[in-house]
Amino acid sequence: MASRITQRPRDLWGRALGSLSAVLVALSVTMIFLYVPSDQVQGAVQRLFYIHLPAAWLAYFSFFLIFVSSIAYLARRHPRWDRLARSAAELGFVFTTIVLLTGSIWGRPIWGTWWTWDARLTTTLILWFIYLAYFMLRAYVSDPERAARYAAVLGIVGFVDVPIIHMSVRWWRTLHPQPIVVRAEGPAMPESMLLTLAVTMVAFMVLYLFLLVEKYRVERMKDELAELRLQHSG
Amino acid sequence: MIAARQIYAIVRKDLLLELRAREQVVGMGVFALLTLVTFNFAFDLTGADRAASGSGALWVAIMFAGLLGMGRAAAIERQQGAWEGLLLSPADRGTIFLGKLASALLFIGIVEALALALFTALFALPVLRPMVLLVVGLGTVGFGTLGTLFSVMAATTRAREVLLPVLLFPLALPVVISSVRATTLLLTERQAEVGPWISLLLGFDVLFLGIAYLVFGHAVEE
Repeated sequence: MASRITQRPRDLWGRALGSLSAVLVALSVTMIFLYVPSDQVQGAVQRLFYIHLPAAWLAYFSFFLIFVSSIAYLARRHPRWDRLARSAAELGFVFTTIVLLTGSIWGRPIWGTWWTWDARLTTTLILWFIYLAYFMLRAYVSDPERAARYAAVLGIVGFVDVPIIHMSVRWWRTLHPQPIVVRAEGPAMPESMLLTLAVTMVAFMVLYLFLLVEKYRVERMKDELAELRLQHSG
Repeated sequence: MIAARQIYAIVRKDLLLELRAREQVVGMGVFALLTLVTFNFAFDLTGADRAASGSGALWVAIMFAGLLGMGRAAAIERQQGAWEGLLLSPADRGTIFLGKLASALLFIGIVEALALALFTALFALPVLRPMVLLVVGLGTVGFGTLGTLFSVMAATTRAREVLLPVLLFPLALPVVISSVRATTLLLTERQAEVGPWISLLLGFDVLFLGIAYLVFGHAVEE
């Protein structure tokens, strides 16, 4: 039975994106570890940056995607928008976790601490909590249509709130300066680093698109399965 | 004008219910006072720099009590089809939201009056001043707006007591930060720096009042 499911014909998009992201991720990993030189000040740990930055970008982009599909869902009430929001939320949560983890690992040797209540860090942590709330809200609502509506409401309110959270946290810090380990500002980035970052960025975006397409497909199958179950039980 | 009368009717209904059942304000008030007393043991609220931790204690007490009250209010509406009755009334969804928000603000306001009075007496901090009261008012509106929206949503879920704080606290963070900072600045006689925080609170209130008013209808479709 399992083999029949895996043999389900996949469309060209999924295959193309999958192969392309595999190649690009392999290329960027090679560049991060073999091509790009180590940072003179920070050493090897700086290589995390090439993963950290694209992940951060996608973590916030996911929330934007949730915002747009939440509005579309409330306006049109088509389940496809909710599926998109669900898929983006799961990816956003993964990438936010990656950002927090890589940042923490980098911060330990460079800042001398795993965590500091800097504005960007705090905002990303709160973003992570909002994602968590989003999943909990969905999980605790039994009716799927209601879960979709509630999640859309949270998606809209949350997205509008994130910049305000960032602003308030920044003011909170600027008004109350604390002796924190100052980030060593290195020289302008050499070309090889920029190139590596660009390749990784593209690789992450293609990978993201691939995961989004696949996740969306899984969500659609889940919906179909739920519908079939309903038909056969009723 | 019709909307104002409908809001009044909702507030009147909630007030009447509260006068008869006493399920919200008494519990919230006692809870807020106990929080303040507990904070007194958790932090030293008698020293010279007590203004900083004091305003934090005050806001935690207000917000925990508010959370409790709004969760309770939504649960009461769920009993015996009260909520369905409200939704079937000719008031539109936005007006119902404003009505429920007004009730929540009224109840939290009563608790705040109590908490502020006790706070002044216990910790000898001059909080009963117009500017502090303004900050308390603005913070409560921001917190209450999101709280009313989410408590109505959380009330229909399986783990509502758990879910409401999980939804509310991250999103209300700007209110927490600005209210606590503004109150601390006012209590330490640094009125000049309080402006940006009050603008932030005001902006937050207006923005989320608008959004909550618009999306509330989607949250309560039954």
